[in-house]
Amino acid sequence: MNTFFARASRHVGFQVGAVLLLLFVGTALVSLLWTPHPIDALNMRIKLTPSSPSYLLGTDHLGRDVLSRIMVGAQTSITVGLIAVAIGLTLGVALGAWAAARGGWVDEALSRTSDLIFAFPAVLIAILITSVLGASAQNAILAIAIFNIPVFARVTRGAALAMWSRDFVRAATAMGQGPVGITLRHVLPNIASVLIVQATIQFAVAILAEAGLSYLGLGAQPPVPSWGRMLRDAQTYIFQAPELAVWPGLAIALAVLGLNMLGDGLRDLLDPRLRLLRVG
Amino acid sequence: MLEFLSRRLAAALVTLVLATIVVFAVVEVLPGDPALVMLGTDARPDTLAALRAKYGFDQPLLTRYLQWIGGLLTFNLGNSHAYGTSVSKLIGDRLVVTLPLSALALGWAALVAIPLGVFAAWKHRRPGDWGVMGFTQIGISVPNFWFGIVLVLAFAVTWQWFPAGGFPGWQEPLKSVHALILPALSLSLGEIAILTRVTRSAMLDTLREDYVRTARAKGATERRVLFHHALRNALIPVTTVAGLIAGFLVAGAVIIESVFRLPGVGQLVYDSINNRDLIVIKNVVILFTILVLTVNLLVDLAYALLDPRPRIRA
Repeated sequence: MNTFFARASRHVGFQVGAVLLLLFVGTALVSLLWTPHPIDALNMRIKLTPSSPSYLLGTDHLGRDVLSRIMVGAQTSITVGLIAVAIGLTLGVALGAWAAARGGWVDEALSRTSDLIFAFPAVLIAILITSVLGASAQNAILAIAIFNIPVFARVTRGAALAMWSRDFVRAATAMGQGPVGITLRHVLPNIASVLIVQATIQFAVAILAEAGLSYLGLGAQPPVPSWGRMLRDAQTYIFQAPELAVWPGLAIALAVLGLNMLGDGLRDLLDPRLRLLRVG
Repeated sequence: MLEFLSRRLAAALVTLVLATIVVFAVVEVLPGDPALVMLGTDARPDTLAALRAKYGFDQPLLTRYLQWIGGLLTFNLGNSHAYGTSVSKLIGDRLVVTLPLSALALGWAALVAIPLGVFAAWKHRRPGDWGVMGFTQIGISVPNFWFGIVLVLAFAVTWQWFPAGGFPGWQEPLKSVHALILPALSLSLGEIAILTRVTRSAMLDTLREDYVRTARAKGATERRVLFHHALRNALIPVTTVAGLIAGFLVAGAVIIESVFRLPGVGQLVYDSINNRDLIVIKNVVILFTILVLTVNLLVDLAYALLDPRPRIRA
């Protein structure tokens, strides 16, 4: 662990990523307790005002404080991203580990299924799911999570297969340990770093996907503030208040950039040989 | 070669059949009553019954599925509920916007990404390389629809060089291309980042090859080594990834078309969602899937022609 911190102190990308992530999570946490203004305080007399000392990032078309809404929007992004990744991670790791341990038809069926999911354009399926089930944050999470399952299943399977051929795992098999025990005791702890790195990247992908869906009106519904939705509203007033379209996008970009840099940094620090799966 | 191709074709067909089942399940089985989704929960019972009869929702599932597949095979996709016109014509009319948009984005991405990737590999582990890699990190992190909005702010609102949105139609070819430039630029951002990274790593691989060292030893200029010897072989993986991206570009166009109010397939999907027009949605999704599968198949074919190794292993 000491070498990890020593190397991290020399990895600029990792540090920038960590700072951006702290800023992102910190903003969300602060917004739970305090925002400069109430997020739903309508005031049509001050609508679309530019930035000022009392409204640092100006106000939107209903006179609401943009900074406060961006702060609370971080909560939405984190919630959607975290749950979508957690579902994908849990199911994907279980399926991938099962396929690696069992081999044979299980492995074959799982590989074919993930090929099938990858053949669909992810954006369209997410749109399809949210349009059939109704537009809401929960359904956006579901749509994003579905595409996370095969990503984690594939990464887990690949890394777990490599573990299964290692001598210490063979020794455990020879000593009569069952596949479940070996997977939990030997395989998963040794592939944890791969999964952590992949989870960071998927978190970034999930935030982008959530932003896209809510931009289309298929994510979190008003009055819940979400960055994608704010961009959609801002676009309507792009000629009157152009800077409204800047801040939410910048927030998305910085959050995603932070997670991507952190993920790449973690990969370098934990295991330089890792190859990541990137699926848009 | 023939065996390799027929195996890939068979796998693609199986995937396609499974895909139709999944789409059918999501659109017509998952919601319970598709008529209720299309008309809303406050619809009157006789209106619902009429709609069920009109689109055959009262038939058994298998019959409905087979009728849809039969329709797909004969390009008879039925009529849109919201527009009343034939779905195939509706999609065809929209493809004339989406396909040129995607082609423009892909062409632009290749034009920028390949030289950039070559440059980064040439400057490996030096400031030039870091600069390019930093740019690609930003390219995959910035949402392309926001990049589109920023382009509108700069080039439509502030300088007014380009229209902020809309599409004049191909009877005015110059104006139409003009209207597609900002959308294509925003659509290509992420693809430029990915293609640059692929080109860079492929170039780094080929630059380590013996024949590159031989070329250098024979006194070939750096330019000739990079573009004649190394890039040629590096282009094999680049082509593969460019092909994979092409399929997904069309899908990514959904959001970009919404940003720029372009009447393409993406906008059609978006409108169909708002109109709850399940007939259009399921057909567009399956056509996109066919497109992605076809492109993947073509990429495999190109790969097999360019590089004999996977053919032998298969």
